[in-house]
Amino acid sequence: MTRSLKKGPYVDAKLIKKIERLDQANEKKVVKTWSRRTTITPEMVGFTLAVHNGKKFLPVYLTENMVGHKLGEFAPTRTFKGHSRGEKTTTVK
Amino acid sequence: MARISGVDLPKEKRIEIALRYIYGIGPTFARKIVAETGVSPDVRVKNLTEDEVYRLQNVINQSFKVEGDLRREVSQDIKRLIDIGSYRGLRHRRGLPVRGQRTRTNARTRKGPRKTIAGKKPADKK
Repeated sequence: MTRSLKKGPYVDAKLIKKIERLDQANEKKVVKTWSRRTTITPEMVGFTLAVHNGKKFLPVYLTENMVGHKLGEFAPTRTFKGHSRGEKTTTVK
Repeated sequence: MARISGVDLPKEKRIEIALRYIYGIGPTFARKIVAETGVSPDVRVKNLTEDEVYRLQNVINQSFKVEGDLRREVSQDIKRLIDIGSYRGLRHRRGLPVRGQRTRTNARTRKGPRKTIAGKKPADKK
């Protein structure tokens, strides 16, 4: 279910404060964040955030197109890349 | 021959049903279109007058995105998800279900026909 419009997008308060401060100082530093649930807002475009994936911080450069998505969508938490080759694949039945 | 939005409608079906052969029009929209144009939902396509076909086409052009335009929009949306490197884009790229469904079993619509691995024991049947 989608979030109530009345509430507006969820943004981690501390994170947005930090970004605003950086913005005013005209610095573009990479900000580490655990807040994967934060929605990307237009103010955040152009910043690079290091989003935690449970293990590491993955740098995510935020673009116009990403607005409205959550930070977590850009830092995959699973490593599975597929099964190892070598086993022959045959179709049975 | 009733041709609406580049699709030939089946002649023998009721217009309300036939409209659904257009990509982007399902039961709800078909009903709405018919109501808005004042065409009886029960007329067969072959019995439609020229004017009725024209009116249907008009309403569709004005208020709906169908066929090619809609297909293009959908594929652009998917392309955007892939380009921004989001999780959903990743799932599209791999051809796996996008909305968190299970993949241990099922998910055949996305994954296609089963590719059985040789040497893997079939699951126990009690």
